[in-house]
Amino acid sequence: MAKLTEAEVLAGLMPIFQEVLDIDVDNGAITAQTSAADIHNWDSLAHMEIIEMVQRKYKVKFSLAELQKLKTVGDMADLIVLKTSG
Amino acid sequence: MDDLNTCPIDQIVMRRKSLKRALSAAEGLQDLRIAILGGSATQEFVNFLDLLLLHNGFRPALLESEYGRFYEDAVIDPAALIEFAPDIVYLHTSCLNVTPPALGATETELERQLDGEMTRYRQIWNSLEEKLRCQIIQNNFELPPYSLLGNSDAVAAGGQTRFLMEMNLRFSREAAGRPRLLLLDIHGLSAGMGLHRWFDWDRYFSYKILRSAEANVETARSLSSLVRALYGKSRKALILDLDNTLWGGVIGDDGLDGIQIGRETPVAEAYTAFQEYCLALRSRGVLLAVCSKNDDAVARSGFSHPSSVLKLEQISCFKANWEPKHENILAIAKELNLGVDSFVFVDDNPAERALVAAQLPAVAVPDMGDNVAEYPGILDRGRYFESAALSQEDLGRARHYEINAERSAAAASFADYGEYLASLNMTAEIETFQPVYLDRIAQLTNKTNQFNLTTRRITLAEMKQIAEDPMHIGLYGRLADRFGDNGLVSVVIGRRDGLCVHLDLWLMSCRVLKRDLELAMLDAMASRALSCGARTLIGYYRPTPKNGMVKDFYPALGFSRHETAPEAGNATVWRLDLAGYTTRNKHITVKEMDHGKID
Repeated sequence: MAKLTEAEVLAGLMPIFQEVLDIDVDNGAITAQTSAADIHNWDSLAHMEIIEMVQRKYKVKFSLAELQKLKTVGDMADLIVLKTSG
Repeated sequence: MDDLNTCPIDQIVMRRKSLKRALSAAEGLQDLRIAILGGSATQEFVNFLDLLLLHNGFRPALLESEYGRFYEDAVIDPAALIEFAPDIVYLHTSCLNVTPPALGATETELERQLDGEMTRYRQIWNSLEEKLRCQIIQNNFELPPYSLLGNSDAVAAGGQTRFLMEMNLRFSREAAGRPRLLLLDIHGLSAGMGLHRWFDWDRYFSYKILRSAEANVETARSLSSLVRALYGKSRKALILDLDNTLWGGVIGDDGLDGIQIGRETPVAEAYTAFQEYCLALRSRGVLLAVCSKNDDAVARSGFSHPSSVLKLEQISCFKANWEPKHENILAIAKELNLGVDSFVFVDDNPAERALVAAQLPAVAVPDMGDNVAEYPGILDRGRYFESAALSQEDLGRARHYEINAERSAAAASFADYGEYLASLNMTAEIETFQPVYLDRIAQLTNKTNQFNLTTRRITLAEMKQIAEDPMHIGLYGRLADRFGDNGLVSVVIGRRDGLCVHLDLWLMSCRVLKRDLELAMLDAMASRALSCGARTLIGYYRPTPKNGMVKDFYPALGFSRHETAPEAGNATVWRLDLAGYTTRNKHITVKEMDHGKID
């Protein structure tokens, strides 16, 4: 499989954010710079659900240490690019 | 939409909220209140349970305990629970919510630890029984995540594996002895999945959710199948294709000698094993029917194969012809007096499965794949035939349906119907609710859809209250005839209110349709109503999509329309003045009752 780019992963994450956070992702509400604190209903349960879905979609498993370092949506996309390029 | 009870769990996890929106829009869902008392974080589990209950025809109202406060909320501070008034309380505890003895414990110390934990859990169950009078569902324990003592962990008095196995045995005994306590077997569930997939420590350390998403989905599936069973929504019949489903090969082409069944080849062994599984289902009360594209005589000959485990007389309804399968399934529903929503359809041919699934969405159509060796496991994991309390009636049901066929044959040779009824030598036992029958009474009440005037669902716990309440007259009817005992087949509940008795519930199993048992039940109810001073019976008919057969039930019994009745929703209300009541039943001998008979 060709290596995924960060842009491709970001686009692939949008349906997940839309499903979990009930927001319209088409108007740029979520970008690489967005963090959980920016979205009012991105609480710990939503976060857990997002991680669960991301891991299933990209068939990756994040370690606790990796999860702890994630600050923004961009960080998550980068980590997915890294973990799927192996 | 996928069958959420069996689909790969990614399809649930990835679309939970969209699925919930779609399912919530459905109409006719049954309201249900469930409280979940957790020993670890339960939000994710509750989300999955919500979805699965919606998928299974319920509209749940859900209450969660505060994190880890299952004991406190049940025993010390149950005010919130009492106010919520749940139909069901589910205790979502785990191996982290019991304390094992020390590693070096003696047998005596193990016993003491077990007694202590059992006392704590009994306090919970006792408190819930006393304060809420609801159904309690308690899960047993998964095995521990680590075997500190290796294989000895299952042997030594200080082994956590030994401790949890002993706890599970005690939980099973307790559930067997308490009608209001049902066990959810997560020990079996986690074993099937594997403990390494059951626990998810990342999530535990991050969110205090002990189990993986997969474990939570499977637990929610198991719980919702138990809830289905409690409310009479379990499946009742297995409809089987023949060629390449019950035997290998095509009997019309390969001939009786050419089909694969028996012990000669691995494939034949696998078909034999599947027939054995079907036969075992039948012996626990699941009806078997055949739906096959075949010549009738050729299809039937397959069961005469010397290695066939299943015999023709064990098939309650047999359809082999060239008509589309969904039409045959409708015909089977009619003959067995069951709704298609009580059917599971098994066919090796994906095209036939797709047709039936599309034409009859209420039929469960599991994806059987193409390997007969997997068939029993696929049916098993579908949990189609879950039962809240397996009764003696279940175990004898298949035989009842056979005897019914004999009765139909007998009816053909009589001049009039009365003569036929008289020839049946029917005897009935009609009595107020007896403790020994409460399981069966609740079970019948919650699964009867057709001959059911109000379709009121009543849990076992509520039924027990009704039995003990002097303001209620709960009657059951058993009917036997010269062909056999039909068992307990009718339930009527009257509620005393001054000079009236309101008939809140009146139902009967369709297997004793047109036998005049309803007349005998009316006689018994009238007699009891009169002896406690009532003058009028008030009957209600509440229409549902399934109970059209009883819409004229009360007028046929001589009730007249009660025009001035207060609010009753879409129900029609009927009244019968008991002055000068004469008994209606002529063909059934009713065994002596406590109360005097009237003549």
